[in-house]
Amino acid sequence: MNGEPFAVDVPVGTSVAQVLREELGFTGTKIACNEGHCGACTVQLDGVPVLSCLMLVHTVEGREVTTIEGLRDHPLVDAFVRADATQCGFCTPGQIVSAAALVAANPSPSREEIRHGMAGNICRCGTYPKIEEAISTWRG
Amino acid sequence: MARLIRTEKEVEGRYTEQWIVVEEDTLDRWPEGPLDEVGRPAARIDGLQRARGEARYTADIQLPGMLHAAVLRSPHARARVKHLDLEPALAAPGVRAAVGPLSDDIGYPGQAVAAVAAETFGQARAALDLIRVQWEELEPLLDPDDAVSRGELVGERTGERGDVERGFAEADVVVEAEYRTQTVLHNAMETHVAVCEWEARDRLTVYISTQFIWGIREQVAEQYGLPPDQVRVVCRFMGGGFGAKNGPDDYTFIAADLARETGRPVKCMLTRREENLAAGNRNATIQRLRVGARSDGTLTALEGEFVNSTGWSGWLSSTGGPMEMLYGCANVRIEESGAKLNTAPMKAFRAPGFVEGTFGLECLMDELAAQLDLDPLELRRRNHSDHDAVDGRPFSSKNLLECYRRAEPHWARRDEVRARSDGTWKRGVGMASQIWYGGGGPPSYAWVRVGAHGRAVVITAMQDIGTGSATAMAQIAAEELGLPVEHVDVSLGDTARGPYATVSAGSSTIPSMGPAVRAAAADAARQILEIAAQRHHLEERVLSLRGGNVVSADGGSWPLEEITGLLEDGQILGKGSRGPNPTGMRILTFGVQVAEVAVDVETGEVRVDRIAAIHDVGRVINPLGASSQVEGGIIQGLGHTLSEERLLDPRSGTVLTQTLDAYRMPTIADVPELVTELIDRPDEHLTNLGSKGLGEPPIIPVAAAIANAIRDATGADIRSLPITREEMLRALREARDRRPERVGAPAA
Repeated sequence: MNGEPFAVDVPVGTSVAQVLREELGFTGTKIACNEGHCGACTVQLDGVPVLSCLMLVHTVEGREVTTIEGLRDHPLVDAFVRADATQCGFCTPGQIVSAAALVAANPSPSREEIRHGMAGNICRCGTYPKIEEAISTWRG
Repeated sequence: MARLIRTEKEVEGRYTEQWIVVEEDTLDRWPEGPLDEVGRPAARIDGLQRARGEARYTADIQLPGMLHAAVLRSPHARARVKHLDLEPALAAPGVRAAVGPLSDDIGYPGQAVAAVAAETFGQARAALDLIRVQWEELEPLLDPDDAVSRGELVGERTGERGDVERGFAEADVVVEAEYRTQTVLHNAMETHVAVCEWEARDRLTVYISTQFIWGIREQVAEQYGLPPDQVRVVCRFMGGGFGAKNGPDDYTFIAADLARETGRPVKCMLTRREENLAAGNRNATIQRLRVGARSDGTLTALEGEFVNSTGWSGWLSSTGGPMEMLYGCANVRIEESGAKLNTAPMKAFRAPGFVEGTFGLECLMDELAAQLDLDPLELRRRNHSDHDAVDGRPFSSKNLLECYRRAEPHWARRDEVRARSDGTWKRGVGMASQIWYGGGGPPSYAWVRVGAHGRAVVITAMQDIGTGSATAMAQIAAEELGLPVEHVDVSLGDTARGPYATVSAGSSTIPSMGPAVRAAAADAARQILEIAAQRHHLEERVLSLRGGNVVSADGGSWPLEEITGLLEDGQILGKGSRGPNPTGMRILTFGVQVAEVAVDVETGEVRVDRIAAIHDVGRVINPLGASSQVEGGIIQGLGHTLSEERLLDPRSGTVLTQTLDAYRMPTIADVPELVTELIDRPDEHLTNLGSKGLGEPPIIPVAAAIANAIRDATGADIRSLPITREEMLRALREARDRRPERVGAPAA
């Protein structure tokens, strides 16, 4: 995870999100619905955004998991702060993890591509216009 | 000097009379417009912690030895618990304690019945299945009109002025309509959660996701018979509330009970499904409205009967408030009833009552405008009131006419928008006005500490629920101390570390806390200048703080840290409090929104293309954060208008929309073009800041502006929220049957 190997001993059926938060103490990944509907728990698996609340940890053995803790110095973080793309901030780590995958695949996404790529991350505070702006201006 | 006064205190439209001690507010008012820090866009001071995933929310708290609680909730809407056996659950793996029955008399599905604490949440949840309950099921009451006719009320209120019957007799036109709004769910991303930890049997620390740490402190202390100072309540980062997190609810007491029994910290966190089952809602309403007007548009009478589906408990929010307050009509009568039903209790939800009531009233106004063949904006102007319509009080400030003037360019787009109608897609523009509270009030206190290094810390036990209020406090202190905002920290969210602060509800944090923070910073500044004056043998009156320096009128300048550095480990401590509200005045917020929509008249699909929002909330502290508040309010309003609805099984009362795929909230793909304008004119009668609150106003006019745009596009009268395709097609059908010539053509 985030470039470091981790070994955990947990019951089969434990999710990646649970292991991150409860076993390893990486609480940047949030759980908001725990059933794959909101995107707050988004992490990257080999660079692809996945819902860590639905992914069982034994299935990610030997694969690269990237969490918000591994993206703390990504330019998107500053872009989100600059654009005021956080309100309560509970969904923000998941938003940034999704956005990082989006811009890695497509460094200059159009408005429509941003709206398509980010539609799986719910923000109840409604920071969406600012998220769109942050992603449009992520390179500063 | 401190002054004891009896004053009216308002939170979300609920007034109470109470004694308070206030310090006179003696500071000069700042000039209008952007200053050095206040009035300029500022990034959130805690934005990096949130964006980097470092912010520690209550949901993230994991204390050594902490147990997890799970709650058994009633599957029945109305029932009695005849017998409850916890023993099998207590014997289950990992279980350390259980409590129940928490109530014998079940009034709604999802009401807490028992709870278990175990080493893991999974173990606690598994043990719930082992609790044996014998129920006596009873027939639930689910129909609000039925409840009112049987006298099953949570509350009722009437308001009357003038002579309504005479008013209707004098009218040239009378329009009557029934509007309905649905139950919607708060769904903050962080669900309700508390972690409770006892020390020495008589001291309790509560970590909780809340909008009011002092309210939690008071209610928890009362519950356990503790002196309030032995209860510490902490909420450092908070994942959204929107009104649902003002009190301790069942989950806090469950965690505290189980923690006391086990001697270990206990976390009780609701699942998303519990959140949607029983953690509060914006209640549904039925609004039977009537308006009378002369042919020139002057209102002669307004009448409304409002039934709120308040649920098993809760309170009666004022759905009739907008009808009483928005327009200068001499004859008004409203009757409000809260129907006590076997459904989960309502809670405050971002402008409770006024969101619902504004939908009805502002749609009715446009139906009237159509009947009178009057421009809806002109109709509103003609009925503008320059004093409080209810009791004649002057307003502390009101710039609604300026909002209307600034709305004109958006309103003027309607010919062009309508002309873009194409095939089955009809386009139109609609508007709605907004009135709400948001003046805040005392008591609220803040301290400002300045150390040798010339940096300042604002210390106050308020909470930032995600609105950016902490950043606004830093800007206010920075302005007063002549410091860049980066040199000011804010310490908040802990009742043991700072003075009493207001509830973050009712758009009251900035208008309540901002003046106290400014007063505290001014107190610190005064002390710094006293020290500088003595050090440099100058008179204090020639000194001021600017750009991180102490500067004198004759051109002298010393870095702040040079003065404060004289103290070495000594600190300057300023204290401040919120002064009184102006007596005899009504403090309200105002605004108007203009919506542009497209409607497919064949399928009933509605698309919102653009919303322009113009609000008057006094001085704006942080224009960047303020625009985010406006956008967020509008986006929640879009969900309320178009897609969100808690659905119940009509026979059993079971909530069918417990998950976020069933309960449809807006995503980024649903957001139209949003334009935000704030009048940004300080209220000259209100505090040393002249700022009002902004959290709630932007959600208020959204639904009516959209519904009125739909009428403009299609001639169809929307009467019910959300505007599903069924509702849209019903309204189109009704319009076609009633007045075939108007279908597909813009309303007058």
